[in-house]
Amino acid sequence: MSITLDDRMLYQGAEWDFTTLRRIHDACEEIALGELGLEVYPNRIEVISAEQMLDAYASTGLPLFYRHWSFGKHFAHHEAMYRRGLRGLAYEIVINSDPCLSYVMEENTATMQALVIAHAAFGHNHFFRNNRLFRDWTDARGILDYLEFARGYVAQCEERHGEAAVERLLDSAHALMTHGVHRQRPRRIPDLKREEERERERRQHDEQVYNVLWRTLPEKASTPPQRGEEEKRRALLQLPQENVLYFLEKMAPRLEPWQREIIRIVRNIAQYFHPQRQTKMMNEGCATYCHHRILGRLHEQGRISDGAWLEIIHSHSSVILQPEFDDPRYGGMNPYALGFAIMEDIERICRTPTEEDREWFPDWAGCGDPMPVLREAWAEYRDESFILQFLSPHLMRKLKLFHVRDDSAQPVMRVDAIHDEGGYRRLRRALAQQYDPAWTDADIQVVDVDLGGDRRLVLEHRVNAGRLLDEQEARQVLRHMASLWSYDVLLQEVDPTTGAVLKQHAVAPPRA
Amino acid sequence: MQILDRRLNPRGRSLPNRQRFLRRAKSLVQEAVREASAKRDIRGADEGGEVSIPLHGIREPSFHLGQGGVRDHVLPGNKEYREGDEIPRPPGGEGGGGSEGSPDGGGEDSFRFVLSREEFLDLFLDDLELPDLAKRRLVEGADPAWQRAGFQVSGSPANLALSRTMRNSLSRRIALRRPRPEAVAALQEEIARLEALDGDAERLAELRLELERMVRRTQRVPWIDPIDVRYRRFEPVPRPVAQAVMFCLMDVSGSMTEDMKDLAKRFYTLLYIFLQRRYKHVEIVFIRHTHEASEVDEETFFHSRETGGTLVSTALEEMQKVVADRYPPAEWNIYAAQASDGDNAAGDSQRTARLLIDSILPVCQYYAYIEVGRESEHGMPGFPRGPTDLWRTYEQLVAAGAPMAMKKVRHRREIFSVFRELFARRPEGQEAQA
Repeated sequence: MSITLDDRMLYQGAEWDFTTLRRIHDACEEIALGELGLEVYPNRIEVISAEQMLDAYASTGLPLFYRHWSFGKHFAHHEAMYRRGLRGLAYEIVINSDPCLSYVMEENTATMQALVIAHAAFGHNHFFRNNRLFRDWTDARGILDYLEFARGYVAQCEERHGEAAVERLLDSAHALMTHGVHRQRPRRIPDLKREEERERERRQHDEQVYNVLWRTLPEKASTPPQRGEEEKRRALLQLPQENVLYFLEKMAPRLEPWQREIIRIVRNIAQYFHPQRQTKMMNEGCATYCHHRILGRLHEQGRISDGAWLEIIHSHSSVILQPEFDDPRYGGMNPYALGFAIMEDIERICRTPTEEDREWFPDWAGCGDPMPVLREAWAEYRDESFILQFLSPHLMRKLKLFHVRDDSAQPVMRVDAIHDEGGYRRLRRALAQQYDPAWTDADIQVVDVDLGGDRRLVLEHRVNAGRLLDEQEARQVLRHMASLWSYDVLLQEVDPTTGAVLKQHAVAPPRA
Repeated sequence: MQILDRRLNPRGRSLPNRQRFLRRAKSLVQEAVREASAKRDIRGADEGGEVSIPLHGIREPSFHLGQGGVRDHVLPGNKEYREGDEIPRPPGGEGGGGSEGSPDGGGEDSFRFVLSREEFLDLFLDDLELPDLAKRRLVEGADPAWQRAGFQVSGSPANLALSRTMRNSLSRRIALRRPRPEAVAALQEEIARLEALDGDAERLAELRLELERMVRRTQRVPWIDPIDVRYRRFEPVPRPVAQAVMFCLMDVSGSMTEDMKDLAKRFYTLLYIFLQRRYKHVEIVFIRHTHEASEVDEETFFHSRETGGTLVSTALEEMQKVVADRYPPAEWNIYAAQASDGDNAAGDSQRTARLLIDSILPVCQYYAYIEVGRESEHGMPGFPRGPTDLWRTYEQLVAAGAPMAMKKVRHRREIFSVFRELFARRPEGQEAQA
């Protein structure tokens, strides 16, 4: 190889330094913004070591998370897997924040860094910035400060109230995290910056009105009977309520203010992650599509060597590998593979549509340029609706999809639809459903509180397709809920069509 | 766009989480450590390593749907199925072809992770219910000695390193061209001579100017500047310690059960860890005996079964032989620990006692005898067992003032009480070795 650096070449070999990263970033940016028309938050790329990557894994990818044993557990687990060579590390982690934070590992080769930058710093970044769910539900500008605040606040509570008490509380809140999100449209976009202020004001108020004299009053007098209040409170309970954590934060009768604040932190973070659960496939598909387009273009322009391009193809194809269902490696649909396949298929339909495509996608088949269609899809859809709207018969045939219905009342499973004329739409609907959290998660709501009597909290699980909760775990979660609520908790599993109660779980709070 | 290097951030940020996790799962981890240390050989006892704990104790529960009901699966890679085909449900519950074939599926029930050496030792010692003070001793080792280690710029006057300070001063004076006092004196002399001779006025003025410059420079560049000063620096280093050999003697006749051997092993392990902290080099000799004794390796020592009678004296003879062959008492600290269920052939007691008094105890730093019994024997009503033959023999020796410790052990938590005697009685000779 000649040592004379081709001017256009971004880098040579596997070595890189910070100038290389910058060159790669700028080259990617040129294509991403100029040719693909992406719109991104400013990028912040942080180089980290393998240990730091493990660390980031452990706290669900967030930097500066509060402390809890479960993160230690995940860290230990990942570390053991990594040490035994069972699992490699992700090449990057990207955070939905403004500026958009991407972590890249120091061990990566220059080519991997290029891949990672194109994938995370442009693909994911564009998705975070433009997708409606993220825009409506998350506050990218405030998240880093909020995490900082949460970490500090939890540490402060540990100091004031003891680590054990905080740990118990966090355990309970974590158990309910999956049911700590609002699924309906929020009344206002969360403003995480104000959260810290709100908590400070509240504490200041407490301090201002604090008077030593109050402590001298007999215990009884501090909790006056609330006659007449109860009717008013029932109206204020906003029942039924699907956000269980929200309900507990606002309504649990015996929580201390700091406990409510911590529940709120857990709830806010659950809410922050909620869009990611609903758009995982699209998000990964978008990032994969972007890195493929950007790096392909760089290679075309001769700014990436042929060797590097082969390396890219190699990791790209292992990322989008989709084993078939009877393959021992099969572990469900690979979100990268499906997302990328649909997006590539959109590109094909825009450029060279068949008759069938024109019939299925009359609005945009053959429009020539796929980018406006893709940008629209990335902005306005989530996994479920994206599949419903864009999965083509062509792709269903290519993936040889089929739909199996497993009814535990029947002795055998039944193939409900396959990739043929009669099955396309049903197949597509079934696949879309798998990506809908409203379908895959248990629908649990707080329906009533016996305020006049023993303050028993009543929850309802509206059973979907006869799928009941895993009993053992449900009881554990209910125990956590009872400890937050401080009184009995009853969960009824109800058939929504007949109203019949299929199963009941009642749990009493742990004795203090 | 910004690029930041975070690699230099402080490491171990996840440590607090890890400590919380270990505390949380303490009983489970301790159980795992117990198992792991039973499996390991004595020398490996204080290394970290991977342990595996059951997952159920540290699960984070959440609401999720259980088995049953109607489930839909959309799968890729259809080969022969047509609509309406019926597929038998794969065994093991959840259907849908290979969905349960994920590689993680099998490992769901246990949780494996790696403990560091300190964590492992801490849990191991905790399991023996060691008091904190003793634990710290074991973990941290002996007091350090102070050793010279270069120079530093601050310190107490007593540690002033004079020659180093002067060397710095000299080099600084040379570097800054501070005029040497002799040069100044010579110049003054020259001026005085010229003045006396009433010589060349121009030359005189020049020399005076030169002198003035030299004096000014001398004043400006001090003889000793604070930046020259150096102090001797000391650093703590672990005391260089001598070598020790540890004899493990054990009765392996049929009456010793696996439990008893495990108890003995724990004692040996503890002794080994202890010795390793105090001595740079520790060797272990395993001697097992029935009616005859032999030196064996660790594996055989703990795991092979022998049949035969019991003659304790044979083991002591073997030990005597090994000491004479390889471990001259002048060069080695000799520790011996004997474990037995207390049986000995009737005629052997006398001989055992003689051997101990005459040849073994005089060369040993410490001789410990632990008599292991079954846990179930503990407090069993109606069956009072008198002291065993060996116990009676040794009791007489101890009563006569022999330097040895003896203890009955039925449960591993009792092991430490034997051990405490080792800490309590520390002959001067032992400390002086260090």
